[in-house]
Amino acid sequence: MSSAPAISARDVRREYRMGNALIRAVNGISLDIASGEFVALLGASGSGKSTLLNLIAGLDRPTSGSMTVNGRELARMSAEELARYRRHTVGMVFQAFNLIPTMTLLENVELPMRFAEVDRGERAARAQEALERVGLSARVTHRPMELSGGEQQRASIARALVNRPSLLLADEPTGNLDSRTGEEIMDYLRECHDAQGLTVLLVTHERPLADRYAQRVLTLADGSLVDDTRVPATAAPVQRGER
Amino acid sequence: MKAHDVVELAARNLRESVLRNSLTTIGIAVGVASLVAMLSLGIGLQQLANRRLTRSGLFNTVVVMPRDLDRGPSRRDQPSTPARPLDDTAIAEIRRVAHVAEVTPEMRFMAEARYGDKSRFIMVAALPPSARDREAFDGMTGKFFSSPEAEEAILESDFAKELAPDPKSLLGKDIVLQYAERGGTPNTASSATPKSGDNEEGSTVGELIASGFSVARREKALRVVGITEHEPTVGFGGMGRSRVFVPTALTAKMNVMLGSDLREMVRTSYRGRAYMALSVRIDAPSQVQPAEDAIKKMGFSTFSLLDATRSLRRFFTILDMFLGIFGSLALAVALLGIVNTLVMAILERRREIGIMKAIGAGDADVKMLFFAEAGVMGLCGGLIGVTLGWAIGRAINIGTNVYLKRMDMTPETFWLVPWWLVVAALAFAVIVSLGSGIYPASRAAKLDPVQALRYE
Ligand SMILES: Nc1ncnc2c1ncn2[C@@H]1O[C@H](COP(=O)(O)OP(=O)(O)OP(=O)(O)O)[C@@H](O)[C@H]1O
Ligand SMILES: [Mg+2]
Repeated sequence: MSSAPAISARDVRREYRMGNALIRAVNGISLDIASGEFVALLGASGSGKSTLLNLIAGLDRPTSGSMTVNGRELARMSAEELARYRRHTVGMVFQAFNLIPTMTLLENVELPMRFAEVDRGERAARAQEALERVGLSARVTHRPMELSGGEQQRASIARALVNRPSLLLADEPTGNLDSRTGEEIMDYLRECHDAQGLTVLLVTHERPLADRYAQRVLTLADGSLVDDTRVPATAAPVQRGER
Repeated sequence: MKAHDVVELAARNLRESVLRNSLTTIGIAVGVASLVAMLSLGIGLQQLANRRLTRSGLFNTVVVMPRDLDRGPSRRDQPSTPARPLDDTAIAEIRRVAHVAEVTPEMRFMAEARYGDKSRFIMVAALPPSARDREAFDGMTGKFFSSPEAEEAILESDFAKELAPDPKSLLGKDIVLQYAERGGTPNTASSATPKSGDNEEGSTVGELIASGFSVARREKALRVVGITEHEPTVGFGGMGRSRVFVPTALTAKMNVMLGSDLREMVRTSYRGRAYMALSVRIDAPSQVQPAEDAIKKMGFSTFSLLDATRSLRRFFTILDMFLGIFGSLALAVALLGIVNTLVMAILERRREIGIMKAIGAGDADVKMLFFAEAGVMGLCGGLIGVTLGWAIGRAINIGTNVYLKRMDMTPETFWLVPWWLVVAALAFAVIVSLGSGIYPASRAAKLDPVQALRYE
């Protein structure tokens, strides 16, 4: 294993107060994820997978505990620093694709680069290239609604990776897709992981998918980490990319 | 995010719901139009009034008199010694006062006017070149004096009718004035000698040697160049109506004996030329007060209609304010429209805002985006509104002038859109639009991305 972990959680809690009831969505999780690991996060609905993912993404702040990514404590960052962190370090992929429906694919993929203040010319070239890589070069001027689910998810992966993040967070990326398309997407994610040395954290509730693609499977139940299994590298050859 | 990216995204967002955003923009346009229309009416009316008053000469003229001739309430402070006379030294001194544009001695004299077999004993008044612009000459028959010393006369129309049944026929003809010329003192009596050309008879009728000067009767032929309906003098002296007007410089050259000469001779030992009153024209109405004060300090009494302009100005300030408030009402309603549109947009684009934050937008980026949308709507609304307001103004002005013409009145420009109003209205539209964007923008920025992305 490498020296410093990419993600390091220490007794992280995220609680919601609903009237008198206290909902512990994430209830004291501690874990370390090494740089370049491909980790699957399993768990029943409502077990806190998305909440944990959002805490790592810096979209949400823990109620208590510390969350460190690449050596930086997220809780100590200002809102503006968190935005910059999401912009440059994190790429996110969602179950619902979450492309902006009024924009073409090219514009959608360009958007993170606008926030990163990439120059106009470079932006267009990089967006074009990212869409080419996911096999959508013929569809760049199409709007998301004109595409199939698999194509939309490929576009959203292109968008997530266009700012060259080191961490890819995917919340059930195959949840809305049939199994064949889902496998295509998973293959592509693994390809990116292998080629770019990405750290991937994948939320899913399909154990077979987790076992097949991940190097390590974490299981959540009621906001707590109940299992942490390393998958023997059988399914596919995995090159550990140290960055 | 870079500024041009913000504007670009804002513009495309506005284009996405064209109908709603155009309606909001039109609302702003109507508001700005009504503001511009109202204010330009106020400004136009004020300028019309100012123009008329300035041309009447009443409001930028100070009448200067010797202290002892003042009939005002300050009579008590009168010095017992004779007051300073209004002579040429005084005129030169007053000319040097700041903002004094013209100093004209009040020159009136009695003369016998002859035309053909008719002759009348009448009052003649001298007019300075600046009198050309006075309103009284607006509907005048003929022309104003061709030069400051031209041997020309303008007749009052009633008098012209007395001389000829068809007054127009007098234009270009000569009338003869018979008047008293003031000679020098006996020691320097050269000017009492008749000059050839100027005087047809040149006979000295009498010598008034009351320790003073001589008086001689002279005649002068003057070409009639104009006939006027209205009395053009700024008359505070009130020595009866003047029938014939001649250029001031010509009167001075003719060395006419004035009433004031007699007065000085009888009352004091002063033997120079002195005037009853001076009209001092100030270049701007706002400078009348300081100029008047300066002249007072020289030892003269002054009179002006300054107070009248001041209350007039106050009236217009209040009128402008009211028109502005009425105009702003529509704009205020339009601004609520902006707030409403943007708040609606936040609700609609909740998820979009969440996505943008998830892929790296900062709170400031989201805020600027909504701000820019408000600003773009404000700018477009402002541009359309100014054009619309200007068009409304034009239309009403043209319509009213058609009416005025039918009523046989002179058309007037009472509707004025100065360039600064255009700039100010545009800036105002953008600024208040941005202002009404503050609340929606900060609300959008504060949106919690986790919540926004949670539900579909
Ligand atoms: N804003 C909130 N207010 C109250 N409770 C919340 C809120 N957000 C999440 N929760 C609760 O926290 C728990 C964990 O939610 P989370 O979305 O992380 O589950 P999940 O594992 O992602 O489920 P799923 O597989 O269905 O997506 C749930 O019980 C949920 O009701
Ligand atoms: Mg979830």
